[in-house]
Amino acid sequence: MKPAIVISSRDNVATALDALDAGRVLDLDAAKLTVVEPIPRGHKIALRAIRAGQEVIKYGSAIGTATADIAPGAHVHTHNVASDRGRGDRGEGAHGIAPRLAEPPEEGT
Amino acid sequence: MSQPSVLGYRRPDGRVGVRNHLLVVPTVICASVVAERVAAAVPPRGAALPHLAGCGQLGPDMYLTHETLAAYCGHPNVGAVLVIALGCEQVVAQYLADSARRAGKPAEIIAIQSEGGTVRATARGIEVATRLAAALDRDERASIDLASLILCVKCGGSDYTSGLAANPALGRVADRLVDAGGTAVLGEIAEIMGAEHLLAARATSPDTGARLIQIISRVEGEARALGLDIRGTQPSPGNIRGGLTTIEEKSLGATHKGGEHTPLSDVVPYSGRITRRGLTVMDTPGLDVESVTGMVGGGAQVVVFTTGLGTPTGNPIAPVIKITGNARTAVSMADNLDLDVSGILDDRETLDAAADRLFTEVIDVCSGKLTAAERLGHKEFAIHRRNPTI
Repeated sequence: MKPAIVISSRDNVATALDALDAGRVLDLDAAKLTVVEPIPRGHKIALRAIRAGQEVIKYGSAIGTATADIAPGAHVHTHNVASDRGRGDRGEGAHGIAPRLAEPPEEGT
Repeated sequence: MSQPSVLGYRRPDGRVGVRNHLLVVPTVICASVVAERVAAAVPPRGAALPHLAGCGQLGPDMYLTHETLAAYCGHPNVGAVLVIALGCEQVVAQYLADSARRAGKPAEIIAIQSEGGTVRATARGIEVATRLAAALDRDERASIDLASLILCVKCGGSDYTSGLAANPALGRVADRLVDAGGTAVLGEIAEIMGAEHLLAARATSPDTGARLIQIISRVEGEARALGLDIRGTQPSPGNIRGGLTTIEEKSLGATHKGGEHTPLSDVVPYSGRITRRGLTVMDTPGLDVESVTGMVGGGAQVVVFTTGLGTPTGNPIAPVIKITGNARTAVSMADNLDLDVSGILDDRETLDAAADRLFTEVIDVCSGKLTAAERLGHKEFAIHRRNPTI
């Protein structure tokens, strides 16, 4: 079994398919990296450095924004990533609620 | 590839059922106990629809209750309807019976107040239900077209395996069904948030894409209007323990189950009738039972429900097929599950092979094979409500 899976070539995180110990070296198609802290099964690990404010990408799409600098091989979860959606707590107008629509819907099919 | 044959029930209105229930529907919560006792007296066809609504509701909620109950009465998995009324409630018993009759099926009404109490209404109800159920026993299954199937795709108790294994497998089944002329329906608007660009890009008209974006913006706006952070519920605490960090991540994994290339052909309101082939998105909340209740109300005859952590949810009239991509859950929650697709993650099985097995399971269940939820008697039903009870 692969230790971790990368879904899209655009992703900057992988998903651990088993618990990963610190120090373990992962040789994934997308990157070769050393696990720097324990990663629970099913949790995400950074494939490369992600700076605070940058998008965290999985499935080829943004899943949120880094709230702290994340090192390659580090655990990526709620402690260092924040959602950008449904954030009523940020107050009126603090963020755009317009969804990220890459292209207008096409007609046909 | 030749399409497998499905054995279902052809209804007079042209729709097709995969079950043949006698629906015993209370108009109001006050009639729910009588309805449950009547349905329990005529197994296995009797299916009660106990609910908490039917009175003390204002405008939009009253409408949702009426339309949802009427949709179940007209549903093709139902062969006959017995309405149990109280007598003084808001929901109109005749409206429910008429919905069944318009679909060409027998419907009768019993009112607890006019029968003279619980004992007499229950006895009279059992008498009528026994007669209606006996008539249903004479119906026979016949070969039906895959194109007449509406598949509800649902996930709940999600973990990291949902987006990697079970949802992609279900998505391939949705693709295959839609390719054969059928329909898939996807709900849970909050769990499309962050993945709507993928669906909107497959919209068959600009209006359909715009309506999807509009209802997602409404849900997001509701959280904003309350001054709340949707993260308190999305992802759920269990989702977060399982490794899901944000609603966007959950949505991207969840939206897979609607197919990879299905055209987004319609966006409908809660319990709204699903009429266009392809993928329909229904405006439902994320709560599993309310969501499945609405999509079955819209006309889905069968549900495939993916789960990472395991969950028991069923439905009173539609079979709910449970699949998991989590090998541990496949063992620990085995009695609630129909299919284990965890081999996708440890290379024991390809995604395509798992999707083939799931497709076969859907066909078999539509032709009469019982699901785990049916065997265990899971018949959860809850009508969505948006406002307080007055």
